[in-house]
Amino acid sequence: MTEFLAKPLIDGNNFLQLLWFFVIALVFAIFLFLDGIDFGVGMATRVLAHNGDERALYMRAVGPHWDGNEVWLITGGGAMFASFPLWYASLFSGYYLLLFIVLVGLILRGVSFEFAAHAVTDRERNVWQWANFAGSVIAPFGLGMMLTSVIQGVPMDAQGNVHAGFFDVVNWLSIVGGVAVVFFSFLHGLHFLSLKLDEKTSERMLNTSKKVYWIAYPALVVFVILAFIFTDFYQRRTKSTLLITVVILAATICGHLSAYKKRGGFAFISSGVTLAGIIAFIFNGLFPNVMIATDPSKSLAVSAASSSQYTLEIMTIVLCCLLPIVLIYFIWSYFIQRKRLLTDNTPEAIKAALAQ
Amino acid sequence: MTVLGLSRFQFAMTTVFHFFFVPLSIGLAFTVAVMETLYVVKRKYIYKRMAQFWGKIFLLSFAVGVVTGIIQEFQFGMNWSNYSRFMGDIFGAPLAIEALLAFFMESTFIGVWMFTWNRFKPGVHVVFIWLTWLGSTVSAIWILAANSFMQNPVGYGINKKTGHAEMTNFAAVIGNPQLWREFPHVATGALMLGGMVVVGMSAFGFMHKNADRAFFTRSIRVGAIIALIGSILVIITGDLQTLEIIKDQPMKFAATEGIYEDLKSPAPWMVVGLINEGAHKSAGLEIPGMLSLLAFHKLYGGTIQGMNTLNQQFLGERGKIIKNGIAHPEISDYYVPTNVLFWSFRFMAAVGFAVLILAICTLWFTRKSKNTLADSRWKLWVLGVCTYLPFIGTTGGWLITELGRYPWIVYGLQTIADAVSPTATVPSLLFTNIVYFLLFCLMGGVMIFYSRRVLHQGPEPDPEGATQPATEGSHVGAHAANRKVALA
Repeated sequence: MTEFLAKPLIDGNNFLQLLWFFVIALVFAIFLFLDGIDFGVGMATRVLAHNGDERALYMRAVGPHWDGNEVWLITGGGAMFASFPLWYASLFSGYYLLLFIVLVGLILRGVSFEFAAHAVTDRERNVWQWANFAGSVIAPFGLGMMLTSVIQGVPMDAQGNVHAGFFDVVNWLSIVGGVAVVFFSFLHGLHFLSLKLDEKTSERMLNTSKKVYWIAYPALVVFVILAFIFTDFYQRRTKSTLLITVVILAATICGHLSAYKKRGGFAFISSGVTLAGIIAFIFNGLFPNVMIATDPSKSLAVSAASSSQYTLEIMTIVLCCLLPIVLIYFIWSYFIQRKRLLTDNTPEAIKAALAQ
Repeated sequence: MTVLGLSRFQFAMTTVFHFFFVPLSIGLAFTVAVMETLYVVKRKYIYKRMAQFWGKIFLLSFAVGVVTGIIQEFQFGMNWSNYSRFMGDIFGAPLAIEALLAFFMESTFIGVWMFTWNRFKPGVHVVFIWLTWLGSTVSAIWILAANSFMQNPVGYGINKKTGHAEMTNFAAVIGNPQLWREFPHVATGALMLGGMVVVGMSAFGFMHKNADRAFFTRSIRVGAIIALIGSILVIITGDLQTLEIIKDQPMKFAATEGIYEDLKSPAPWMVVGLINEGAHKSAGLEIPGMLSLLAFHKLYGGTIQGMNTLNQQFLGERGKIIKNGIAHPEISDYYVPTNVLFWSFRFMAAVGFAVLILAICTLWFTRKSKNTLADSRWKLWVLGVCTYLPFIGTTGGWLITELGRYPWIVYGLQTIADAVSPTATVPSLLFTNIVYFLLFCLMGGVMIFYSRRVLHQGPEPDPEGATQPATEGSHVGAHAANRKVALA
């Protein structure tokens, strides 16, 4: 067993290093799948809601879940710290200001739910609803930018410090990447709302979704072209990158069709897969590195960034024990609150039935 | 202004602010859980109203606690990347476990608890708030496990090739004696704080016109009992922790007592005094023999080393702390910021005893046979202002813990100066410091403003009789008066 665990399998990485690289990618994909809902709903409060009460209703739809969803990001950060400390150190210090902006976004979004609930006047509540919207746009945009900037390669020194200039962080690909994450989060939020609100509003969500979806196709084409120019993913990891591209495209088409067919559930899964696909695209392309340097010899490899074998073993045992339990009650919390919310549009018959 | 100075300021500011809301959330979660348990056991509707009312304050605190906590998680990588590189192998694990074991639990069950008052039987619903409390308490264990390693490194080895610390014994890292002294002190301190906040806010509640006296009397008594138990325990656990610190971090202990020269037993205890950090001298009001009693629980426990001796000893053992070619003249010796530690300790200890006395007084003045508190304005004012008191104590405790390891970030292994991010710049740090500061002022202000509003709005009116009505439309944390959103 110990022999197997220490044996290099792919590109000099042993089993546990590969496993944890996969775990980090998985946790970030789950994070975007779940918190994408909250971001999208936050955007919808400005784009679709007619008034403050509707905004409050949208926010209520994610009220019980947004905090748990955000914990996946915290877990991703913590797991990265534990299993790849050098990656954690380089990435977070290298993208200092961008990450800071993401944090400010998450702070605004995080307090807005509770504060809006305590507001008395519409005007006061509106301030926190704006905070929710702003945070819900800033955070995914910043995260999208960071992830798509990382994959282009940044100047690094021998100690692994990232010396990213302004245009390493802000460029065509990273802006398109940020917009793409915001855009698909928005669709994802619409699809979630279509499952949580009354039928009339749900229809409105899907109608908007099916119109907005048309932008996805040119956006994806631009993204692929830019990724082809600015990264070596299609040259270096051709098959897997192409496969993921196809999955993203298929999920997009599937989501679009579902929106047309008024199948909110399918649309929701599809837009979630698209978001997770973006993460898969990035992590798959990074491998076998975690950080790509402009000077390839200074890139940070998975095996070089990882923790000691002992720490990885401990963390693997902990993960195997805890993750199943977490998943059980996490899914349970969604399951018990799966019903549509009551609104002014809810037929009286249903309200009466529920009141009993 | 240097990168080091600004990074330290940012860490201090963000952790201190975050730690206002950590003990508040843990303490209030416990208090609310107790109230809801009373509802389940006694079936009196007033306890449900209490749980829902104080639950609003708890949720406000939790919201601010969560968002300030995110900063902590990322700060180690952003501002202290060399620390993360050196220590990540050990430090990351407790953080990741904290997220998996504790954060998921508290965030999931708080979401369930908030919105399912009508969905579950009281006996089931109360479990959710207990799980939320458990999650937040367990999270304290893991973050303190990480912190304890910084105070007292155990279970590690230095990898010769990379020069980084590596974990060699996970059991030793969690079994760190420092952790099991620190955690009970923090956990009981949180109970004391939560109880005291309920006492203080109830006092303000009494002052309001048309105050529901029965409601606030019961609240203040529950709060006072928790504050009383919490303060007794926090004093005991603090005493136990001190015994450990004398052994592990003698410099920290000497600084909290302002001792520069060695003291033979029985050593006197300086109650208050003046400390001259430059001249390494201190003088003040002393109680003979008291320090030996405090430190060793007996008069002749041995010599207590002063900071001068310890500094010479450390300089002899380790030499000067100038590494990696970074000149830090201000840390060319091993003295810690003595004035801050000395006074933080005094404030902390004073707060512990003050809460103890206030809790006893509150219980006495609200006794069944002669309940006079509600009519005594000055008593209510004293208690009300003391809402803020325990925060001084908990902040003092953290200042002692964290400044007391100066100049080390990991005691004896890495200095704070060596830990900062090499890529950090003064302008970016200045910018983030200012923005964080403004955000914290805003959130702190809004938090207090809304807490006061909750108090002024008062609890949900008691529907006639003490029994629970068939349908009841209150939802903790959902929406303030007359919002149209209904809950399914």
